[in-house]
Amino acid sequence: MQERYSRQILFDGIGEEGQQNLQKKHVLIVGAGALGTGNAEILTRAGVGRITIVDRDYVEVSNLQRQQLYTEHDANDRIPKSVAAQKRLREINPDVEVDGKIMDVTVEEIDQLVSNVDLIIDATDNFDIRFLINDVAQKHRIPWIYGGCVSSYGLSFTILPGETPCLNCLLETIPLGGATCDTVGVIAPAVQMVVAYQSAEAMKILVEDFEAVRRKLVSFDLWKNEQSAIDVSRLKKEGCPSCGTSQTYPYLSYENQTKTAVLCGRNTVQIRPPKKVNRDLNALVTQLENQGGAIEQNPFLVSYQSEDRRVVFFKDGRVLIHGMKDIVEAKKIYHQLLG
Amino acid sequence: MVIHVNGEQRELSNDIQTVSDLLNHFELANKKIIVELNANIVDSSQHEEITVQDGDRVELVHFVGGG
Ligand SMILES: [Zn+2]
Repeated sequence: MQERYSRQILFDGIGEEGQQNLQKKHVLIVGAGALGTGNAEILTRAGVGRITIVDRDYVEVSNLQRQQLYTEHDANDRIPKSVAAQKRLREINPDVEVDGKIMDVTVEEIDQLVSNVDLIIDATDNFDIRFLINDVAQKHRIPWIYGGCVSSYGLSFTILPGETPCLNCLLETIPLGGATCDTVGVIAPAVQMVVAYQSAEAMKILVEDFEAVRRKLVSFDLWKNEQSAIDVSRLKKEGCPSCGTSQTYPYLSYENQTKTAVLCGRNTVQIRPPKKVNRDLNALVTQLENQGGAIEQNPFLVSYQSEDRRVVFFKDGRVLIHGMKDIVEAKKIYHQLLG
Repeated sequence: MVIHVNGEQRELSNDIQTVSDLLNHFELANKKIIVELNANIVDSSQHEEITVQDGDRVELVHFVGGG
């Protein structure tokens, strides 16, 4: 019955007991881009009990070079990533309970999202959400695994609440700007290297072999042939508001949230209404038909193209405005179309 | 001078004296970065004071957001 997992059961670090442990665990993967699809596929094949994978975006043709769960069909039909990922993961291994959620994760939904979760894998593309994950992980004492990559470079760090420094200890403030896959690109091997670090750490935590967890911050550059591992335990700060002796979880307060965001790799601005709405897509299509331009619709979203501009409306109220990074200009268009 | 950066041997100009100079040279000055010099983490407030010497082993890890 466990034939599917025989090779990893033979592996000393996992064994029968480890496999049973894996099958009882629930992993939350935040983001279904390059890191998210890589981690999700490995953990699904490994037979983790339950995987929740969330993403706010849909598949585009420029994702296919590195986002391993998606096909050209998904890109042509603009299928939301979490929907396409869920479908593929269930095909790979029906033993695993896979739940794909179309969701822009913010402070409003994160508490609920992490309930009954044993491990969080960071597969996001920005530090706003990582600081949110960092605080919620400390609050609920859930281990999480940071990963990041651009060009041929990547890094990873495992955060164990109560033990290792947290992301806030290492960074102190949210980094602004910096290279993104938008500006300098990324190659798939760099993604896969980070995925390998993250998923190996995930397995150690899920089989409860905490001694094996790598305590160092690791980084590499596959093109410059560099690698590095730094012991950062000295950077754990008593006064850290996220993990120190008096925790306030500053990034879980509503004031610290961004409502608009420029999406990595997309030249796109996302606008999210202040309150969750359930957008009536059919009514929206009727409204947009009066404006001219091309309209496409699937059960999850409406895509509207007028001249060189494309605007995508999700059922949950979010709007993506493509072809720009200017938030002010994007808001103008948002209000022009929706009033 | 020759120093080891992230495991690779690098021949560097002698104009490079401090950790700050080194970060400028590798275009990492504006990044969120952790610097380890001969197995000790260098506080970011000391990048301009701490000097690098021939034969030093430096690890430079900068944070990136992509994923
Ligand atoms: Zn901390």
